[in-house]
Amino acid sequence: MKRRNFLKLSGLTGSTLLVPGFLKAFEGQLAKFTGKRLVIVQLSGGNDGLNTLIPFTNDTYYKLRPKLGITQDKILKINDLAGFNPAMDGFRRLYDEGLMSIFNAVGYPNPDRSHFRSMDIWHTASNSDEYLNTGWLGRLLDANCPGSENAWHALEVDDTLSLAMKGQFKSGFAVKDPQRLKQITSDPFLAEIEKNGSASEATGELSFLYKTLAQTTSSAAYIAEKASIKTNSSVYPQHELGNSLKQIASLIAAGMESGIYYTSISGFDTHVRQQESQNRLLGVVSDSIYAFTKDLREANALNDTLVIVFSEFGRRVKQNASNGTDHGTANNLYIIGGGLKKAGMQNNLVSLTDLDNGDLKHTLDFRKVYATLLNKGIGFGHEQVLGRNFELMDFI
Amino acid sequence: MTEAQKIAHLHRRAGFGLNIRESANGQIKEHVDKILGANKTYNALFLPGEEKVTTGELLSMDKEERKEILQDLAANIKRLNLEWIKEMGKAEGQLREKMALFWHGHFAVRVRGYSQVEQYINTIRKYALANFGELLMAVSKEPAMLKFLNNQQNRKNSPNENFAREVMELFTLGRGNYTENDIKEAARAFTGWNFNEEDEFELRANQHDYGVKTVFGKTGNWDGEDIIKMILERKETALFVTRKIYKFLVNENIDEQRVLALANRFYDAKYDIPTLLREIFQSDWFYNEPNVGSLIKSPIELIVGLNRTFGISYTNSQPLLAVQRVLGQTLFFPPNVAGWAGGRNWIDNSTLLTRLSLPKKLADADQLDYAVKNNMDDENPNESSKPNPKFRLECNMNWELFSKKFENTPEDQQWQALQQHLLASKNLLKLPELLAVRLNGKSLQERIKLMSMYITRTPEYQLA
Repeated sequence: MKRRNFLKLSGLTGSTLLVPGFLKAFEGQLAKFTGKRLVIVQLSGGNDGLNTLIPFTNDTYYKLRPKLGITQDKILKINDLAGFNPAMDGFRRLYDEGLMSIFNAVGYPNPDRSHFRSMDIWHTASNSDEYLNTGWLGRLLDANCPGSENAWHALEVDDTLSLAMKGQFKSGFAVKDPQRLKQITSDPFLAEIEKNGSASEATGELSFLYKTLAQTTSSAAYIAEKASIKTNSSVYPQHELGNSLKQIASLIAAGMESGIYYTSISGFDTHVRQQESQNRLLGVVSDSIYAFTKDLREANALNDTLVIVFSEFGRRVKQNASNGTDHGTANNLYIIGGGLKKAGMQNNLVSLTDLDNGDLKHTLDFRKVYATLLNKGIGFGHEQVLGRNFELMDFI
Repeated sequence: MTEAQKIAHLHRRAGFGLNIRESANGQIKEHVDKILGANKTYNALFLPGEEKVTTGELLSMDKEERKEILQDLAANIKRLNLEWIKEMGKAEGQLREKMALFWHGHFAVRVRGYSQVEQYINTIRKYALANFGELLMAVSKEPAMLKFLNNQQNRKNSPNENFAREVMELFTLGRGNYTENDIKEAARAFTGWNFNEEDEFELRANQHDYGVKTVFGKTGNWDGEDIIKMILERKETALFVTRKIYKFLVNENIDEQRVLALANRFYDAKYDIPTLLREIFQSDWFYNEPNVGSLIKSPIELIVGLNRTFGISYTNSQPLLAVQRVLGQTLFFPPNVAGWAGGRNWIDNSTLLTRLSLPKKLADADQLDYAVKNNMDDENPNESSKPNPKFRLECNMNWELFSKKFENTPEDQQWQALQQHLLASKNLLKLPELLAVRLNGKSLQERIKLMSMYITRTPEYQLA
């Protein structure tokens, strides 16, 4: 596809009139749930990758992080070169069990060090100098199921919807507490409003609004019903991320036909006294995901699920004067699941000496990972979603 | 459509809807005159009792002091946000604020320095109804703009093209109307455009490239001002800007011929913004059915519209910041340099439900019960996102004054009259039985309140 046309489709020009030809061409092809799912776990704030997966044989690491560097004896080693943060026993076990792929030095050209801008780039899968209104998962929905009335094809466990989940024609569905949402949408006045809408001859924007409302109430009912079927056996950390993943596990176990789940955990912007807060958060991430995989295995769903863990950027190599780290660039990305073809390290650890103004250089474009997830993970051509062709990887 | 409905339409588009004290009586022409006339004067927006802290003063502070001041300043941006919302709610001068909101999205910047934000938005407001050329020149020299688009790094021999690119792509010509070489050369002309410690624009001669450049096929010793003038000479700029204004004020679906005609006259009028606006507001087609109730209100339009219609007064308007966030439009925090996408982009399942519940939250001065995603905020990404007790709205709707509008309307016609007053949509809603029962035996004020709280919670009310 020509770049220009893609930008049009991505909502950059804001035209909502045309249903693009390629969407029609794909209509129906994947309108049904394929049984494969992606679960995105976003670490907001810029997680320090170097204290997550520690290159413990690298002298530069200890030299540039005299206070923050984690000593060898505490590190949960996974090979001769690297090991996990001491709080991440869950990740170490997943790695040992062959359920995890690790990607090093992941980023994009001309990195942006602003949280919101860099997060937008990860959400829209754009270049760093282009601005898209739609997210990569939203565009997947656009191309995947344009005619579908089911708004819960992509579910975000939160009160608001992330840009990643917004398409031009279709968007994901945000719900934090299914029972509370059900209660809100069960308001008799809302039912009256909806009835009035279906009786009226709404066109244009009004019809769009009524359709969104109808999808919201029907989806809320469906999700609440699914959420009430199964309880999990795993024990999750008492934390929002633990609760979210627990929620997702029970929906999957109940047979929810949703291909995308999205959840996030914030607090990784560790400019000051990083050690304590980052360790605590990484412990939550590691334990939550470990519990999640246990539940999925029990539900016979682990082989069809890929969990993706990312952050908008990593941090600078050198620690700052407040025993923290400042905004950086390239970072690790983790994929966890039962159906990995190639588990373990996917590429070399990031270089700590070949730096760009003190920042790590990326060697792997995150969109290559997205492309592979789309093509091989859930079986959909990635060019339509990402706007161009990326070379596929072989981890799945 | 009645004349009164047309006038209400005019006020929804040229402003944020009629204020509780305004009426839709009279002729359209009178209202257009009044709207354009009332907007001649301009007063700067500022925080009462706050002294300006310049970049220079910040640099001279010790670390602790600076940190503290920076935190205050971040809070000040939020206070200024609420001040602007308040200004938008005032009775007159709404066209200026409406267009300033448009230009804020058009010349979108997002910076952390309070005084730069204040200066930027006041430049936008000052020139919002002046001349597009003057506005463009002034905004291009704002520290907030130069900082946001990295022009401080744009130096002779190591040009940074960001500003030059966005000026052409997003602010004036639009994609396809310039070449990569135009950008490269124009970037050289903008080298050295910077600002001093007092946040005043300055050309740093030692960073400026005084060499010969070729832009749009013209070769000369161009500087930044020359480039802006050359951009304005091109008719594509008039077309690009007119198109965008048309989408904002009239309809997202463009009537190409009409826009072309408007753009030609805008160009001939030397980019005089009031000339363009007057032509739009005085055209018959502006009041044609396809253009009425055809826009989805932006979150700011929704919030300010409610404030105006019901004469809401706040003792604590802080939670409106959270409402803006949840609905996807926070003043001074546009998503990126391309501004807010608008239209259907405002709507998803969660924003729609939040919109439908907002009028009641305001009427009940209730607590907001949703968590706010604030991890995208560069100011404070670690802030807790849990529902917060400080999200309790403290406000009053002026039901006494509002219901007076209907004191001469017979009871059985109030439902319809209220809809005509509140909605842009021509679809009339049926009075739900549930509601009819509750209206029985109630006072005028109670009746009007109950009915308003239903009408404002419908999809119809989301349209302008």
